[in-house]
Amino acid sequence: MVEILQEYLPFPIMAFAIHASIPLIIILPYALVAIWLERKVSAHMQDRLGPMRVGGWHGWAQTIADMVKLLQKEDIVPRNADRFLFKFGPYVAFMASYGAFAVIPFSSEYVGAHLDVGALYVVAITSLVTLGILMGGWASNNKWSLLGAMRTAAQIVSYEIPTVVAVLSVVVAAGTLNLMTISEMQSGSIFNWLVFHSPFMFLAFILFFIAGIAESNRNPFDLPESESELVGGFQTEYSGMRWGIYMLTEYADMFLVSLLASVLFLGAWNSPFGEFMSGPIWGVFWMIVKGMFFVFVMMWLRWTLPRLRVDQLMDVCWKYLIPFAFINLVLIALWEMIF
Amino acid sequence: MPELRTEEMVINMGPQHPSTHGVLRVELVLDGEIVVDAIPHIGYLHRCFEKHSESMNDYQQVIPYVDRMDYVAAISNELGYAIAMERMLDIQVPERVEYIRVIFAELQRIASHLLALGTYGLDIGAFTPFLHCFRERERILDIFESTCGARLLYNYIWVGGLSHDVPDNFKNKVRDFIKYFPPKIKGYNDLLSYNKIFIDRTADVGVLPADVAVNCGASGPVLRGSGVEWDLRRHDPYSIYDRFDFDIVVGKGEMGTVGDCWDRYIVRVREMEQSLRIIEQAVEQMPDEGDVKEAIPKRIRPDAGEVYARTETPRGDLGYYIISDGSMSPYRVKARSPCFVHTGLIPTISRGAMVADVVAIIGSVDIVLGEVDR
Repeated sequence: MVEILQEYLPFPIMAFAIHASIPLIIILPYALVAIWLERKVSAHMQDRLGPMRVGGWHGWAQTIADMVKLLQKEDIVPRNADRFLFKFGPYVAFMASYGAFAVIPFSSEYVGAHLDVGALYVVAITSLVTLGILMGGWASNNKWSLLGAMRTAAQIVSYEIPTVVAVLSVVVAAGTLNLMTISEMQSGSIFNWLVFHSPFMFLAFILFFIAGIAESNRNPFDLPESESELVGGFQTEYSGMRWGIYMLTEYADMFLVSLLASVLFLGAWNSPFGEFMSGPIWGVFWMIVKGMFFVFVMMWLRWTLPRLRVDQLMDVCWKYLIPFAFINLVLIALWEMIF
Repeated sequence: MPELRTEEMVINMGPQHPSTHGVLRVELVLDGEIVVDAIPHIGYLHRCFEKHSESMNDYQQVIPYVDRMDYVAAISNELGYAIAMERMLDIQVPERVEYIRVIFAELQRIASHLLALGTYGLDIGAFTPFLHCFRERERILDIFESTCGARLLYNYIWVGGLSHDVPDNFKNKVRDFIKYFPPKIKGYNDLLSYNKIFIDRTADVGVLPADVAVNCGASGPVLRGSGVEWDLRRHDPYSIYDRFDFDIVVGKGEMGTVGDCWDRYIVRVREMEQSLRIIEQAVEQMPDEGDVKEAIPKRIRPDAGEVYARTETPRGDLGYYIISDGSMSPYRVKARSPCFVHTGLIPTISRGAMVADVVAIIGSVDIVLGEVDR
């Protein structure tokens, strides 16, 4: 892709800049749709309607209106807050999430960066989100934010381990860290998808998804921003577009986890119907469909389940998910050896 | 080796907080996540009702004030006051009035418990049951609105009778509600009550032992959740409650210890079912003839004296102590508020819990600040 751009543009740097902002073109409309979808999904689950007016049909332009509102809000920085960290925190979190989109293969022809260690890179860079959240919580000069930030740090760092082990299961089965190669391995028919590779892969998929929900701070793991207790956790003091960036990070994380789940387990850009509806452009369509499906499942879980308390969250991770993940990994490795 | 210096953090669960049900300020002294002490500060909603009542020219004019104390269960407040005054004036209200009052009081109990359950789910993080509970509440509020015109603060139960008679299709509406509601309770049990995460958050949390509850003066679902079988409708009957057959729901520690948050929560859910039973019997037995205003005195001028009457509201044992000096306006109206007593219980049961548990505990005790502060 970069090469194509480089042909048409006078300076290579322009080609790189445009190429680097392609994920932005994916994330921003996605966030617009996802926030609207969340409001509609939650509304219909709660026996009400959600946005209905803005933009005509079922309020589809509601998010755009909200963005405009956020942009024109007063930029409040609390008096004794650490100004630099306060302002920079949201961007660090978003940058980390954004960086991971570089290696997601959106179709057989397009991947942002052809990294041979794609899976490792993704896992590594999403852990930087913790840094952004900690910066936000600490710099707010607010005890509630600090509590929220501490909880987040503990939670995200802990849940990285089941995520990594689940990704490792895929790597063991596929033999490569390169996400594009993993996607190509699953082409052909739906039974080539890695989730059907062995019964333990299905377990790995479930583990990955649960750990992914915890990684993106969604209910039932949303203690860091638990609205009922800590008012807003690390986001309490943020208003306007800074808060908007944190929200964007959360939705980008959700999409990232969903996309990763589809890439690693569910055939990435491959059509479930084999040859029918497959091709480079269809690939993007299938990626987005699979990603949005899991985003929908995350929303579904959010509006159904109560929230776990911090120590219960940690229990779930260290006492249940991690042992299961490791045992699962060993079993998958054995399966690979035997079959 | 020098001691690691750790401090206890004093944090304010401030008057503005999404989960303290109203303007309650709880000063939490925390050691990390564990609560060392929780000191409630109240008075943010004090509106001097009792003092205002003293300048009312008529005892009937106190009713709107009394409404606004526990604004979630207004009928129960009015009923308590009316019963206290009728005891002082020795008025016997007609049968029809008694039955309508009981039906309304029990409907109000269901509505209040629905709100308690919904907001409790919200505190724990389950957003959806809140809206489902409010959908049911709307049905009850529709019945209230068709009768007296108001949805929340009714000014309906007057000393000696009621302000309006019920509309023509009242019995049918109530019967429709009785048929409509039980599947919804099953829905709440499926969605929230037996949900593993909810049980983990509330079982064995905020355990209130029975002797502590009795010694601290707890009443209502808080007391019954600790296993003590005490309900004023059975043990100190007022109005016509002795004619109805209903069970007293008591916490048995099904999911954890007796007296934990889950017990208090499930006591409220099951009390809704019992209230439905009472309403069913009352609607069958209710006489169709009778003037609801015939016993309302033209002028209320009680002899000098005092009266204390208590009733079972959704929150507990609400008592009214009314002193009259023989004139048209009350000398003193004192409301013994159950929520006030329960607020005093919060420190006792929160020590040793975590910050998230404090929210669960305050929600399970179900205080309404209007009644705490008056």
